[in-house]
Amino acid sequence: MAIGALMRSLLPVAAVVAAIISVWYALAVQMNSDWALDRAGQNGIELSFGALVKNTMSQDRPLLPAPHQVAVELWETTVEKKITSKRSLVHHGLITLSATVFGFAIGTALGILLAVGIIHSRAMNMSIMPWAIASQAVPILALAPMIIVVLYSIGVSGLLPKATISAYLSFFPVVVGMVSGFRSPDPMQFDLLKTYAANPWQAFWKLRVPASMPYLFTSLKVGIAASLVGAIVGELPTGAVAGLGARLLAGSYYGQTIQIWSALISAATLAALLVGSIGIAQRLTLRRMGMLR
Amino acid sequence: MTFIIGALAFWIGAWWANVVLSARPATLTVRIAVPILFGITVLVVWEGLVRGLDVPGVILPPPTAIAAAFARSLDILWVDFVQTVLKGALSGYAIGCGSAILTAILIDRSQFLTRGLLPVGNFLAALPIVGTAPIFVMWFGFGWQSKAAVVVAIVFFPMLVNMVQGLASTEPMQRDMMKTYNASYWQTLLKLRLHAAMPFAFNGLKICTTFALIGAIVAEFFGSPIYGMGFRISTEVGRLALDVVWAEIAVAALAGSLFYGLVALSEKRVTFWHPSNRT
Repeated sequence: MAIGALMRSLLPVAAVVAAIISVWYALAVQMNSDWALDRAGQNGIELSFGALVKNTMSQDRPLLPAPHQVAVELWETTVEKKITSKRSLVHHGLITLSATVFGFAIGTALGILLAVGIIHSRAMNMSIMPWAIASQAVPILALAPMIIVVLYSIGVSGLLPKATISAYLSFFPVVVGMVSGFRSPDPMQFDLLKTYAANPWQAFWKLRVPASMPYLFTSLKVGIAASLVGAIVGELPTGAVAGLGARLLAGSYYGQTIQIWSALISAATLAALLVGSIGIAQRLTLRRMGMLR
Repeated sequence: MTFIIGALAFWIGAWWANVVLSARPATLTVRIAVPILFGITVLVVWEGLVRGLDVPGVILPPPTAIAAAFARSLDILWVDFVQTVLKGALSGYAIGCGSAILTAILIDRSQFLTRGLLPVGNFLAALPIVGTAPIFVMWFGFGWQSKAAVVVAIVFFPMLVNMVQGLASTEPMQRDMMKTYNASYWQTLLKLRLHAAMPFAFNGLKICTTFALIGAIVAEFFGSPIYGMGFRISTEVGRLALDVVWAEIAVAALAGSLFYGLVALSEKRVTFWHPSNRT
């Protein structure tokens, strides 16, 4: 039964992934063949179809690298390189990860604090909430290059500028999510606490905080994905020093497409790991609290 | 010093006014006046502190300088706006969301495809897809086409996931009723399921407005012609002309709010029947 259910959900996903990979291969052959034919024409060689396909799979700077080329590059730059090496993707990934997590922690903490202020002060609620909601429609990421340069010019460099961008991006989703989370208990439940003569402090810790947990994890998932994007974009204007964003930029400067794709896939893996670990924390916490069957 | 004291005095005065105002019944005027007063306070405190503490313009220009830069470079800002928002973001948004909606309708006919594409789509929607920007710039050149392509890649999966959910959101009772009317697939789709999908579709469309602008701006960091909002931001930051950068960010904020507002407005028009719109 369990195997049947697993097959039912796994098989379609596997089919879709296989379809994506085969389309990728087909595109790689198609997009890279121009260059291969050009070279062959210059050298006066007639390429058979088999030779052409083989050529498109093994170019140094293909327009679209074939999946296995990216996989080989990923293997070489993660497993076979030392972590301390400048070419190791683990090294760059860790730099991006630290900025992401650091910024995410700051942004989340500040966001929760502001949400606490907002639910307890009517004036704060009415002045700040419309702006917090409106800020979701604004491309805040456009601020990234300026934050980096300004912080650099007052002597702050390294991790902190990137973390600032990450914090900024994860801040607003957390504020908006937590305000609705803290407000999610029924009026009836607040009334019950009042009949127990509970003070606001007790109502906050015993009712509002537990009730806000599902909202917290939902906004954390949005926040951490935004933080990662922030950290990657924050690495662009530093002149391609280190981090996954710097790998992307350096790759695009020098036409190293395989490097771009492997950096991209590491970023994707990192995002999946971060969102996934929050998902696991969510399941564990909610099950422990009896909110999940 | 007078600037700092003035700014702080204004802050305290405005805060007190807001506390008094918000204690009164929340009429429409109060609900609009309070956030606007707060916004003005932020600008006044910003202006006062920057002038009072002599913060150099290369770190944080005061709002008046930004407004002056805005007025001074209206023509540049307009060219950038056309390039990035109208050509890059809007065309990509239309293509991406449109094709996602069509794809959702197509795969919705097959249980197998839906079950396969939905987890993959959910996974891809959470990825940092702006990272594809250098690839698209390489493929489609420096013009607005590469920006539109990035935007298509960013908006496609969030939109697809929302639309597929929306198409699945009809109730069995409603579908049964269509069956008793002997409605065909297309009739059911046009008269019931597309309408039921609209709240979900607009949820996706609203999220994607921000994504589209972000994609178009960030893609310009990887290469662009000598105009465009992302190009302007990165080069003016390099020249330390921060007042122009802030003016450009103000344009981005205005464009984002306007774009979101328009989509939200059409949502109100289209989904007038939805409980959240009934008062």
